[in-house]
Amino acid sequence: MSAVARRFPVPIKTRNAQVDMSHGGGGRAMAQLIEELFLKHLDNPLLRQGNDQAAFDVPAGRMVMSVDGHVISPLFFPGGDIGSLAVHGTINDVAMSGAKPLYLSAGFILEEGFPLADLERIVASMAAAAEDAGVPVVTGDTKVVERGKGDGVFITTTGVGVVPPGVHISGDRAQPGDALLVSGSLGDHGVTIMSSRENLEFETSLSSDSAALHTMVASLVEASDQIHCLRDPTRGGLATALNEMAQQSGVGMMLDEDAVPVKPAVHAACELLGLDPLYVANEGKLVCICADADAERLLGVMRAHPLGRDAAIIGKVVEDQHGFVQMETSFGGSRVLDWLTGEQLPRIC
Amino acid sequence: MKYVNEFRQRSLAKNLAAAIKREADPGRQYNLMEFCGGHTHAIFRYGVQDLMPDNVRFVHGPGCPVCVLPIGRIDNAIHLALEHDTILCIYGDLLRVPASKRQSLMKIKASGADVRMVYSTQDALRIARETPDREVVFFAIGFETTTPATAVAIRQALAEKLENFSVFCNHVLTPAAIQNILESPEVREIGSVSIDGFFGPSHVSSIIGSRPYEFFAEEYQRPVVIAGFEPLDVMQSALMLIRQLNEGRHEVENEYTRVVTRDGNLKAQALVAEVFELRRSFEWRGLGLVPYSALKIKSQFEALDAEVRFDIPEAKASEVKSCECPAILRGAKRPTDCKLFGKACTPDNPLGSCMVSSEGACAAYYSYGRFRQPAESKRGVAA
Repeated sequence: MSAVARRFPVPIKTRNAQVDMSHGGGGRAMAQLIEELFLKHLDNPLLRQGNDQAAFDVPAGRMVMSVDGHVISPLFFPGGDIGSLAVHGTINDVAMSGAKPLYLSAGFILEEGFPLADLERIVASMAAAAEDAGVPVVTGDTKVVERGKGDGVFITTTGVGVVPPGVHISGDRAQPGDALLVSGSLGDHGVTIMSSRENLEFETSLSSDSAALHTMVASLVEASDQIHCLRDPTRGGLATALNEMAQQSGVGMMLDEDAVPVKPAVHAACELLGLDPLYVANEGKLVCICADADAERLLGVMRAHPLGRDAAIIGKVVEDQHGFVQMETSFGGSRVLDWLTGEQLPRIC
Repeated sequence: MKYVNEFRQRSLAKNLAAAIKREADPGRQYNLMEFCGGHTHAIFRYGVQDLMPDNVRFVHGPGCPVCVLPIGRIDNAIHLALEHDTILCIYGDLLRVPASKRQSLMKIKASGADVRMVYSTQDALRIARETPDREVVFFAIGFETTTPATAVAIRQALAEKLENFSVFCNHVLTPAAIQNILESPEVREIGSVSIDGFFGPSHVSSIIGSRPYEFFAEEYQRPVVIAGFEPLDVMQSALMLIRQLNEGRHEVENEYTRVVTRDGNLKAQALVAEVFELRRSFEWRGLGLVPYSALKIKSQFEALDAEVRFDIPEAKASEVKSCECPAILRGAKRPTDCKLFGKACTPDNPLGSCMVSSEGACAAYYSYGRFRQPAESKRGVAA
């Protein structure tokens, strides 16, 4: 007689079930989805409080906040999915300021008809990524849009973090003479995504490099106070990240193509598609611009980290009022690595 | 990467650069036209010009299929997508090509037209199979390299009785265009454009062979070297051209022997001959109407010819005033001679077609080489 009635007498079944409009309607179906799917996986004391916000204390210092929207296709790919990517992407954006990421929020926009089993897989992967990184998702939101008005699932994540005292890292701090470092091979994520698109049927053994880089960043900022800029070269790849920082800092950059790490499989796929690996997205790599004197030490720190074994010094910052990023080609010539125009499009012949 | 890196070796490039420097007569100029956009791309991407002596100049030719497509044909395609409500399947480069009235396929796609980027004719066939209630038009474009694949698709569609599939054919022919350039008054009479020799196309020649160039090497007394698309291929071919010029020869030589033979791919040629016939004349951007320079679908396959199946009004397209694409495509001007270059016309907002594809001379200049001009005097040859 004393048994408390279950809040949802019939548990949610994800098998063969789909998202419908009621899951975003604010009623019981939504509450059940939150409890039995989102909370089940992402569980932590702050989220469990069930408020529309999370309240927490933070250590004194400079706070960092960053937001990232994820709208990828396909949703699942070798090495990750939109869930893990949403966690890694935002953690990395926060970490690139030198900060220690503390908390995440997640907003889901679901399309009517999206399989609940896929949603659960995504949320579980998100939870695993957050758990591994030690950065919990503490507040969230769910909306459902009518069929045809979304693309399965969109996820927006926000992250907050705190910068350790004395650390000042920003894209506008690169100085002529600084060294350019990358933490590993470039283009893995973008080529993996392209190879898993349905109309591009080629097989590779590649998987996405999607990973949270905050522990590497923590080791780097501990090892040197001469790190001027950090950036994760996501969309638009290395060339875009360098162009952004060159513009912000009012400097030029000179790369050595031979020193830039690119896996043979990525190189081959790009050859085939007429793409340039330096413009292809990464999700687990960072670019570090630091005083030349500290470059070797920081390279050592990167290589000692499991995600940085293939790290390399790839060039230097130079004086250039136009802010051009140039590269000495392996062939012995030179060329400009310009801003990308629109999307990279495969060539006809 | 095997079979690729071998053709991009710095040490060999240095040796070749030294050989070219030794061979090139400092008392004369060598203007070498690379017909193909693929060569233009390789020259800029690898910085090949940096390794050349100052008196060896690359003249960029019209061999970029996107660049030579007249605006009117894009207008036609827009008409097909909008007025006939077709699914228009295109290769990626075409998306951003400017059409009349500041339109482009990308813009009409954004406003709801069903334009889909495909990677091969097979993708277009698949879309036709999957959407039997819609008309699917494949926008066929390209030189001899891409034509056989279109021929295969047409035969396949016929065999499968895919009644909702058709092809808007824009395939063009290389030899006719090279001949047209050599016949142009700028080259022949006025002498304002000097083209001393040609890099012959690589992929095109794998299909048609090296034989078709023999006529105009002889007739117009210009050497042709069929060159591969890798940077070492380009340099080796430049050396071969310079040698021919120094010795007063004008022959067809084949540097790209690992792929190209004298007769080419006979099977592909037969396939093309089965499905296509010559157009009496076709408009090229920059070259104007060029006789027998393009292909149309034979009447026995006309059910699959979008130009027969749909009523497509003649597009009265107008070029952007002061756009120098036409002269640039003929090698008569350089991209930097154009007033619009880098100002009103950039890869993000292309006014002329040469600024669209990465194979286009203007886009290549802009993306890879626009800062080269001030540095040109400092250029040294690695020897």
